Amino acid sequence: MAAGGGKIDPMHQFEVQTIWDGFALGGHQIAFTNSAAWMVLAVVALVAFMSMGLKGALVPARGQMMVESATRFIDNMLSANVGPEGKRYVPYVFSLFMFILFANILGLLPLGVVGIHPFTFTSHFTITGVLAIMSFSIVLIVGFWRHGLHFFSLFVPHGTPLWLMWLIPVIELVSFMVRPFSLGLRLFVAMTAGHVLLKVLAGFVINAGNAGIATGVLVGGPSFLLMIGISALELLVAGIQAYVFALLTSLYINDAVNLH
Amino acid sequence: MDPTAAKLVGAGLAAIGAGMAAIGVGNVFGSFLEGALRNPGAADGQQGRLFIGFAAAELLGLLAFVVAMILIFVA
Repeated sequence: MAAGGGKIDPMHQFEVQTIWDGFALGGHQIAFTNSAAWMVLAVVALVAFMSMGLKGALVPARGQMMVESATRFIDNMLSANVGPEGKRYVPYVFSLFMFILFANILGLLPLGVVGIHPFTFTSHFTITGVLAIMSFSIVLIVGFWRHGLHFFSLFVPHGTPLWLMWLIPVIELVSFMVRPFSLGLRLFVAMTAGHVLLKVLAGFVINAGNAGIATGVLVGGPSFLLMIGISALELLVAGIQAYVFALLTSLYINDAVNLH
Repeated sequence: MDPTAAKLVGAGLAAIGAGMAAIGVGNVFGSFLEGALRNPGAADGQQGRLFIGFAAAELLGLLAFVVAMILIFVA
């Protein structure tokens, strides 16, 4: 790694390590990795969060308010973007949103202080890609199931002049096929970039501190202040990326349900 | 030029793309705020579109980051 400078390797945090060797299946090793462990942890945290809101009390307590405002948020998003049909997709989009949100925030937790190094599994394209493919297949299945071959009229917007028929469907097809990639890539790169930036700044602080008091105060101090600011920004990004993923999924579902 | 040096120069040039995306994202939020202050009543209904514009502008900057990472680690 060229940009790391001293001994700090900002890419080390993204390494998938095996926790339990597992078994071999068709020549592939099926192992339990730290990535899988943090996915399980995200689901456990999510279940714990949701169980606060499942009492259904008439006068909601604090936990129930949090859960209800989260569900209301997704519910409003789908009814605004898809319409009354959108109610059916609330469970999927809500799970997607909460899973990504919990994953992003769990990966930001400063647990390295006590020796547990958080692994942000949304910073791996294999995971975000699979989430994007799930959204994309729901769009395809719903589109073909509801409209049959009429679904292809998605590629011909209303009012396309006849002499542009050779160009517009091609552009629309390309923009349609790029969707799963852009959806997965956005989340993966945003999380990776943020974590690399934080690690590089942390490397500045450590290396400057080792170089002596003067450099430690002059370089390490401002870097540390910047780290605090970037951490706040990363919390914002964690929320925004989860929101954008859910928002774009609901827009694509709208395309499949209502065709333009 | 030495190929490794050329790769690193290319990765550095990719940072221009990230800066351009910053201009784009700033434009999106700036224009939204300008419109929202003129007509605060209509602002809340347009938040979805605001984030769609943000996501589209941001993606291009992230692609520049991917290009830099590919040049440094993969190519």
